[in-house]
Order: sequence, then structure tokens, then C-alpha cells
Amino acid sequence: MKSYPRQRHRVLQVVTRLLVPFVLMFGLYVQFHGDYGPGGGFQAGVIFATAFILYGLIFGLQRTRRVLPPSVLRWLMALGVLLYAGTGVVTMMLGGNLLDYDALAHDPLHGQHWGIFAVELGVGITVTAVMVSLFYGFASKR
Amino acid sequence: MSLEQFSIAVLLTFLAVAAIGIIVLRDLLAAVILTGLYSLIAAGAFVVMDAMDVAFTEAAVGSGISTILFLGALSFTKHDQKPRGNDSWLALLFVVVTGGLLIYGTLDMPPYGSATSPAQTHPQLAKRFIEQSGDEVGPPNIVTSVLASYRGYDTLGETVVVFTAGVAVMGLLGLKRRRPEEELPEHAPGDTPHEPGHDNDRMT
Repeated sequence: MKSYPRQRHRVLQVVTRLLVPFVLMFGLYVQFHGDYGPGGGFQAGVIFATAFILYGLIFGLQRTRRVLPPSVLRWLMALGVLLYAGTGVVTMMLGGNLLDYDALAHDPLHGQHWGIFAVELGVGITVTAVMVSLFYGFASKR
Repeated sequence: MSLEQFSIAVLLTFLAVAAIGIIVLRDLLAAVILTGLYSLIAAGAFVVMDAMDVAFTEAAVGSGISTILFLGALSFTKHDQKPRGNDSWLALLFVVVTGGLLIYGTLDMPPYGSATSPAQTHPQLAKRFIEQSGDEVGPPNIVTSVLASYRGYDTLGETVVVFTAGVAVMGLLGLKRRRPEEELPEHAPGDTPHEPGHDNDRMT
């Protein structure tokens, strides 16, 4: 396979390098600010994944895989669902119903806060991992 | 006709135009880009309808990720749709009847923005969410309260659906665990090879 000079996309690479941290930051903002504004786990997960996909489009799969290996992604995919379902199991063990966050703390509102935080984080992790691995799957075949 | 209704009408017209364009176009790359545009217009319509969270999702998932994944799928195949055989009249009849039934089904729905629709007046739905979610759940964004707490079980199901989709696609496309480094492409996917006669608008 021939190798192609990377200089051809110098502008894109510089812009991407500047952009990626802000995309990641915005993803985190959407994730953790979902209680107060539009957003939540699904949107944040997609935005977070977009940062890696953008990096992959410009710098190539090989370097992206070094940042976020597919083996890690597989664990993350399962971890998100586990975090969500695990929150439900914990609430049951604390005496509530499945996903009844009131049981998580003495003050029901605090319990709700922690519960929503945990499940949204679970959603975000799973969505990020699935989206990035879909991109890997499509982009690595040629 | 208020400005809001006018905006929605314009956006829905654009939606219809984009949808027809997607059907008519033979160039799959252009069709994929139009799909992204379709989602963006839909997101705009949702914004006008004050459904911010839905618009956000539509913009991020519909016009962002889906377009990229479609482009990735396009790299497996050719960029032009195969010429179709004779379109049968039976298929057209079937589509028209199905579409007619779907439109007939919407006739029973309450008009857009109706304050007396069952979802608005039922004591356990919108009324309770708006009046009591602050005391029961907390977050100022009621959508988050409904999504993560009142309907937490549904969202768990949705997360499992996303997970399942990921597992299924990985199973189909075979995300190899340890791909030898030398097998990986040397160039970035955005690069286009400098070969004479090679069409340069390809993604990979």
C-alpha cells in the first residue's frame, strides 16, 4: 500500500486539533447540565463520539485506535448499560422499587439527583462507545 | 396564521422537498447528504415547536452521526444506485393505500398545540409533570425528570437497544480485537489517492 503525504490536510489537521478539546468539553457540558437545560446522556454521548470520529476522519483510524482502542470500547459499551441497570439493582437492595431513586439517599430529592446522574452517565458511556465502534466498524472495512 | 405556524409550514415543505429529492436522486452520496439536511430541517421544526431536547437529539444523531455512518456504509459500495427494473403498479398502489391509511390515522389526533388533548389534561401526565416534578424529582428540565426518573425503565430499554445495535453491527462487520498494525491503512480516510482516473470525491 502506498503512503500518502499528511501535509495535504495540514489546515484540517490544525483546525481539528484545536476543535477536539472543545467538542469534548461541550459533550461533558451537555452530559452534566442536562438537568438544567436541553441535553442528557444520549446527546452528550453522540457529541463525545463525534470528537473521536472527527479525529479519526482527519488523522486516520490507526491513531484514533491508539487513543481509544476497540477493546476498551467493548468494555465501555457494557459498562454503561451495567451502570444503568446496576443503579436499578442498588435501589432495589436499598428497599425501593427498580430505579426508584428515592431510596438512594435520606432526602428523596438527593436520591433522585444521584440516580439521574448515574443513569445519564450510563447512557452517555454506552452511546459514546457504540457510536465510536460503529464508526470503527464501517471505516476499517475497505 | 401566526409566525410560528408559518415557520412550521415552510419547514415541513422543505422536508417534503428533501424527501422527494432523496427518492429521486440516483447519486447515493448526494442522497446521503440530503438525508443529513432532512434531519437538520426536522431539528429546526422541533425548535420552532419548543421541543429543544428532541431537536438537539435530531441534530446530533440524525444529521451528525447518521450521515457519517451512511458515508461509511457508502464506502463499501458504489456511489450510484443501480437502475431499477420496472416499477410495478401493484407496489405503487400498496404504497398509496398505506400512506392514505397513515394519514387517516392522524385525523383522530388532537390539533397541534391543543391544550385539551388527553396528554395535557390527564392528571397523571403533563399536569403532574409540570406541577409536581420539581418537588418529586428536582431538575428544572422536566424532560430530564420524565426521561430519567418517571420513565427510567423505558430509558433503560432504550440504552439496551443502543447496546444491542452496537453488538449486532460489531458482529456483522467484525470489529477485530487485534488487527495487525501493518494491515491498517497508512493514510487518513480523508486522503484521496493520487491515481489517474480515480474519482476524487470518494470518502476512502
